[in-house]
Amino acid sequence: MDLTTLTYIVVGLSFALYIGIAIWAKASTTGEFYVAGKGVNPVVNGMATAADWMSAASFISMAGLIAFLGYGGSVYLMGWTGGYCLLAMLLAPYLRKYGKFTVPEFIGDRYYSKAARIVAVICLIFISFTYVAGQMRGVGIVFSRFLEVEILTGLIVGMGIVFIYAVLGGMKGITYTQVAQYCVLIVAYTIPAIFIAFQLTGNPLPQLAFGSTVNGTGEFMLERLNKVVTELGFLEYTTTNKSTIDIFAITAALMVGTAGLPHVIVRFFTVPKVRDARSSAGWALVFIALLYTTAPAVGAMARLNLTETIQTGEVGAEDGNLSYEERPDWMKRWESTGLLKFEDKNGDGRIQYYNDANKDFAAKATEYGWAGNELTVDRDIMVLANPEIAQLPNWVIALVAAGGIAAALSTAAGLLLVISSGVSHDLLKGTFTPDMTEGQELMAGRIAAAVAILIAGYLGYNPPGFVAQVVAFAFGLAASSLFPVIIMGIFSKKINREGAIAGMLTGLIFTMGYILAYKGVFFEPILANTPDNWLFGISPEGIGTVGMVLNFIVAFAVSKVTAEPPEHIQHMVEDIRVPKGASGAVDH
Amino acid sequence: MDEQSAAYWKRNVKLVASLTVIWFIVSYGFGILFVDALNSIEIAGFQLGFWFAQQGSIYVFVALIFVYVAKMNKLDREFDVHEDDD
Repeated sequence: MDLTTLTYIVVGLSFALYIGIAIWAKASTTGEFYVAGKGVNPVVNGMATAADWMSAASFISMAGLIAFLGYGGSVYLMGWTGGYCLLAMLLAPYLRKYGKFTVPEFIGDRYYSKAARIVAVICLIFISFTYVAGQMRGVGIVFSRFLEVEILTGLIVGMGIVFIYAVLGGMKGITYTQVAQYCVLIVAYTIPAIFIAFQLTGNPLPQLAFGSTVNGTGEFMLERLNKVVTELGFLEYTTTNKSTIDIFAITAALMVGTAGLPHVIVRFFTVPKVRDARSSAGWALVFIALLYTTAPAVGAMARLNLTETIQTGEVGAEDGNLSYEERPDWMKRWESTGLLKFEDKNGDGRIQYYNDANKDFAAKATEYGWAGNELTVDRDIMVLANPEIAQLPNWVIALVAAGGIAAALSTAAGLLLVISSGVSHDLLKGTFTPDMTEGQELMAGRIAAAVAILIAGYLGYNPPGFVAQVVAFAFGLAASSLFPVIIMGIFSKKINREGAIAGMLTGLIFTMGYILAYKGVFFEPILANTPDNWLFGISPEGIGTVGMVLNFIVAFAVSKVTAEPPEHIQHMVEDIRVPKGASGAVDH
Repeated sequence: MDEQSAAYWKRNVKLVASLTVIWFIVSYGFGILFVDALNSIEIAGFQLGFWFAQQGSIYVFVALIFVYVAKMNKLDREFDVHEDDD
């Protein structure tokens, strides 16, 4: 059976599964639509959270990023896992005890202010749309490469599937499809990694193979990798050229941002008890760690494989480089997508892949007769091309396609749900039309989800040029706006309405302003995006950390000089601090 | 807040603070601030600082959450603020 047919079958089967679950788990009340009736088992919720959290970026892009950044890629590994400790210990149990439906609802109630709730909804919608556009794009790319259809067709199919289970099933449908999607994506991610680890080192566990000796050389993988990349003028794999303070700030912004992302927080509203919210965060991290400890191994192995496929012999030797005519089939296939490009700059018919931006290496390159780097590899293809590079059977390739789609769809659905509940529950029911019936609110939620899907699809098809630039926004905003006010709302009884609003706005405006100034989203950047221009040497990716600190300082200062929160709010804070008395699997 | 709840909350904050210190040391400490010093130690093919940044910190994160869960469940019972079993 050829690859395309097989991929159609595997992807088609996974879709049938998702739709089947959607029909089985149809939501009939707002409680089921927003928080799955608060009846989800903590382990199941952990798995759903893992799928919710691990997006197309985690599945498709992260290992590739690490492959080219080496140690510098650690910011994603620590940043996108460490936030779960904050969630488990500082947020999830208390928000679950509070027991309402959405994150802005908590902020509005705790700070006795509709304005605070609306600011929170605006942050939430902005963060979530930024994210969802990337997911839809990921679905389109997988479809166009593996199923050989137009990106638009792929998008429409993807939107249709999400539409069915998110609009029909709400949180309940999403929870159980996410469990299925987690299983698909983790199998798809680990199988190729295990095969490649075994081929390369004889040790099938990627986490261990990463530190084992490479077959036939007696050298440790990382040692060998450092050697082969530096011979070509690249930076040593286990080091970085980023400053320590920047690595620190980016990691912190990603960690805190993770803990402040509404679509992740809201998953902990779905479990029956406070203690389930705690353990559920632990299970989520177990399921996430399976992929996140595999990814750096995949990155290192992919970089080694790629480098040694092209640099077949000694660096500088006449026949040391791969001849273009003899390039493997996977390179030909990815060339046709434009994500892999070769340009024979010195006309020798061989591929030279090296760091031509390294001035110290330039003299050597000239001596070898090289006229510049000839191969451009889009880092996004590393995971998708991995099974082909390792010459694994076609069903593995088909599975990876289904895994990429599962990762993108599960995250998209979670994001769309928080957008729709932000509109129907916080804006309509909570603010503008409070006398809606439950049936009307449920209908409004479904319509909002449907409209959000259409907008997401449009953004995925016509990604505004700035999608890549605004990813820093999502984490920076979550870190600098939502996270601090939630934490202060739980751990301090004295932070009041004025303090919270002033803090959120300070964090928001500072972070947004800084990113806009260097990245120039709708206009040319005002300041050149280079390290010597940055405040304290912190890049726009890491500036959310500073925004968060400012938010805390301003909120405390303003609360000190204005009236204390009313008595009943202080009692509410006392109440959410103890587990006893949480409302169970009932509707409000 | 009565004395009992105040004591419970104090113990809770103390536990979270001590776990957060460990959380900080393995990631920001071993993985970032002291990475160069630790990289001079090599164990089984890994430079130690690099290993903490790309593997070790994640394992510790998982362990920290489960330690927190166990300790909190015990604390809840001790102060009789746990939820009913059903």
